[in-house]
Amino acid sequence: MKHLPSERHTLSILVDNEAGVLARIVGLFSARGYNIESLTVADVSDDHAVSRITVVTSGPPPVIEQILAQLDRLVPVHRVIDLTAYGPHVEREMALVKVAGVGDKRVEALRLADIFRARPVDTSTASFVFEVSGSTEKVNQFITLMREVGLVEVARTGVVAIARGAEAV
Amino acid sequence: MGTEMTGADIVVQALTELGVEVVFGYPGGAVLPIYDALFQQNRIRHILVRHEQAAVHAAEGYARASGKVGVVLVTSGPGATNAVTGITDALMDSIPLVVLTGQVPTHLIGTDAFQECDTVGITRHCSKHNYLVKETAKLGPVLHEAFYIARSGRPGPVVIDIPKDVQIMKARYAKPGTIAHKTYKPQVKGDLAAIEAAVDMLAAAERPILYTGGGIINSGPVATQLLRELAKATGAPVTSTLMGLGTMPDDHPQFLGMLGMHGSYEANMAMNQCDLMVCLGARFDDRVTGRLDAFSPTSRKIHVDIDRSSFNKTVRVDLAIQGDVGSVMEDMLKVWRARGHRAADQKAWWEQIKGWRARNSFGFEQKGEALLPQKAIQRLYEMTKAKKPIISTEVGQHQMWAAQHFGFHDPNKWLTSGGLGTMGYGLPAAIGAQLAFPGALVIDIAGEASIQMNIQELGTATQYRLPVKVFIINNEYMGMVRQWQELNHGGRYSESYSDSLPDFVMLAQAYGWKGITIEGPDDLDAGIQAMLDHPGPVMVDCRVAKLANCFPMIPSGAAHTDMILSAADERGEADDDAKALV
Ligand SMILES: Cc1cc2nc3c(=O)[nH]c(=O)nc-3n(C[C@H](O)[C@H](O)[C@H](O)COP(=O)(O)OP(=O)(O)OC[C@H]3O[C@@H](n4cnc5c(N)ncnc54)[C@H](O)[C@@H]3O)c2cc1C
Ligand SMILES: Cc1ncc(C[n+]2csc(CCOP(=O)(O)OP(=O)(O)O)c2C)c(N)n1
Ligand SMILES: [Mg+2]
Repeated sequence: MKHLPSERHTLSILVDNEAGVLARIVGLFSARGYNIESLTVADVSDDHAVSRITVVTSGPPPVIEQILAQLDRLVPVHRVIDLTAYGPHVEREMALVKVAGVGDKRVEALRLADIFRARPVDTSTASFVFEVSGSTEKVNQFITLMREVGLVEVARTGVVAIARGAEAV
Repeated sequence: MGTEMTGADIVVQALTELGVEVVFGYPGGAVLPIYDALFQQNRIRHILVRHEQAAVHAAEGYARASGKVGVVLVTSGPGATNAVTGITDALMDSIPLVVLTGQVPTHLIGTDAFQECDTVGITRHCSKHNYLVKETAKLGPVLHEAFYIARSGRPGPVVIDIPKDVQIMKARYAKPGTIAHKTYKPQVKGDLAAIEAAVDMLAAAERPILYTGGGIINSGPVATQLLRELAKATGAPVTSTLMGLGTMPDDHPQFLGMLGMHGSYEANMAMNQCDLMVCLGARFDDRVTGRLDAFSPTSRKIHVDIDRSSFNKTVRVDLAIQGDVGSVMEDMLKVWRARGHRAADQKAWWEQIKGWRARNSFGFEQKGEALLPQKAIQRLYEMTKAKKPIISTEVGQHQMWAAQHFGFHDPNKWLTSGGLGTMGYGLPAAIGAQLAFPGALVIDIAGEASIQMNIQELGTATQYRLPVKVFIINNEYMGMVRQWQELNHGGRYSESYSDSLPDFVMLAQAYGWKGITIEGPDDLDAGIQAMLDHPGPVMVDCRVAKLANCFPMIPSGAAHTDMILSAADERGEADDDAKALV
């Protein structure tokens, strides 16, 4: 079953906001040999009782099915939603991109940033830190372009995602 | 609301309210307050083991034999780490346990304090769930919730780590009402449309088979009754995994015996050739499926399981029904009757099965001086069956021979470590079962190597006057390892000889047990009789043929149809792919 082509899936997992829950989820992925391409977590309820974990994973369909089932049976997990299977949803990530340079390179960096709607959030005479957000591909593309104009370092949030429309899934 | 109590008193009070009668444990610094609370009451009996691993196996044996939750109490650090093998064993075999571990006081957590270990970290992936309780007020609710989680859905071990200050501090405690966990709600009822589809498939099948497992025992004795009714209604042959033995009576005409690596020829051939497989509370383990791409290639498959993650894990099925197998079988029978189904004509199928049965794959011939281990177990069965004994085992050839040659007629009478295959399980498990059923005949069928892994528990049986019997199939080898070396590694017996064995009779006597030796076929019956006649604990050192192999066998990575039935089919040296498999 592991020889089928791999698919990328974005999972949204609602969990009790308790110590050890993140370790439980991450440990499940490593113990069973599942991939984690990115992972984000933050508490999302008024009373701080529930966190949303967004995991981007990849694997053949039967493995994805197992991942969902394995997550679902963990005691502190409220719900597991496979947004990729669910359908219309929005995925975003944010990156902070530091670029150093003077002269033409500096001008070019600003110009490219403008095209990507990346905002300078820190500026010195020799550097910028840009804030860029969007799909993973867009962020990747921006970072690739910045390499040519003096990329120094990058920090990324990883993907957060939510279903489209008026309803909570 | 509630009464103000120390954490330790809350533990004892909650356990009492939860109906706990026996706790298996071992004291230490981090649990002294709980031991002090136990000392001052007489509702819960504490059984002092000699090693924390044995406390967990004893609780497993108690739980499997009685259907109740087994309870363990150990100290922090080494107490907790010693318990880890048992906790993992319980997870693999779906045994409901609550394991209480002491922890250093909350303000010292994370400082490498004396006997500190990260118990929740260590047990996170070998428990069904675990807790670190940091406030005394939470102790009561956590205990009640832990029991609920341990026994509901797919049962398993739950660990509660309790820092020492939490045991000493006071909080209000009141017995909670019914526990409904906010997120953990296992599905008990199966989907009716799926059940109807399953019933129609069963009614139409020409070559059906019921493949049953430990889930039926987990579900409770009613599920066993329902399985027998379902077998009767459908007329289908039934096979069982190692973990499900006893759910069908061994001598039932529709029972094909155990399937899998050391299962019967007829069970494995019927699994291979069936047109419809109905898996009831079993999990398509690799010991059962053999080579996956050759596993029952042409059948349609229905899988009933309470745990969604068991579906399509290794084998794709056509119809998955999530729910308690007892409840689902009950609904299946209702639908079957409501639709007026009758067992389909399976004459040709049973003819085929008869042919496979005629191979007599568990057959053996006792001749010559050396006692065959199969013979020893067969006689042990025949001489004890009227007493409806509870049998535990260690791990190895003797375990498989026990599964093949000891006939089981009821559930909860067979205690064995299947998933983890833990040597050292059998003696403490027998002790646990004996505590649940003081009047029962409880026998650990052991190997001379395995028994040494928790041999210290002889003392526990003596202390509590438990008349446990240990029947050692002594072949002077780690026989199962030796067999694999013979089959796969050219007969190079690397480190598998049981050298420097103790004199088991003297060892037994040193612990206050009776010791008996059976030297060969001639004193077999007398030895078993002497064991049965002695009212106290007995250890029997039964000397058997040293080089006997356990057949039939599906070698690792082979298909059901490539079963080795006798020594004549052995391969001697395996290729690297096969050697890489376990
Ligand atoms: C040396 C050795 C050799 C072995 N050889 C064999 C062999 O030849 N044949 C063999 O069969 N085994 C053999 N085993 C055992 C094997 O490793 C597995 O432990 C065993 O096959 C699993 O049994 P099972 O499928 O019944 O599942 P279990 O481990 O008993 O699991 C129970 C299943 O039922 C489900 N379940 C639990 N409760 C319920 C409920 N209330 N309702 C519905 N479903 C429920 C669970 O989710 C799970 O999927 C061997 C072990 C050893 C150590
Ligand atoms: C704790 C543990 N260590 C190692 C093994 C691997 N192992 C499986 S069977 C076996 C030999 C058991 O020998 P014995 O108890 O004499 O039983 P026999 O096979 O001879 O009947 C070993 C070492 C195991 N199952 N458990
Ligand atoms: Mg041996």
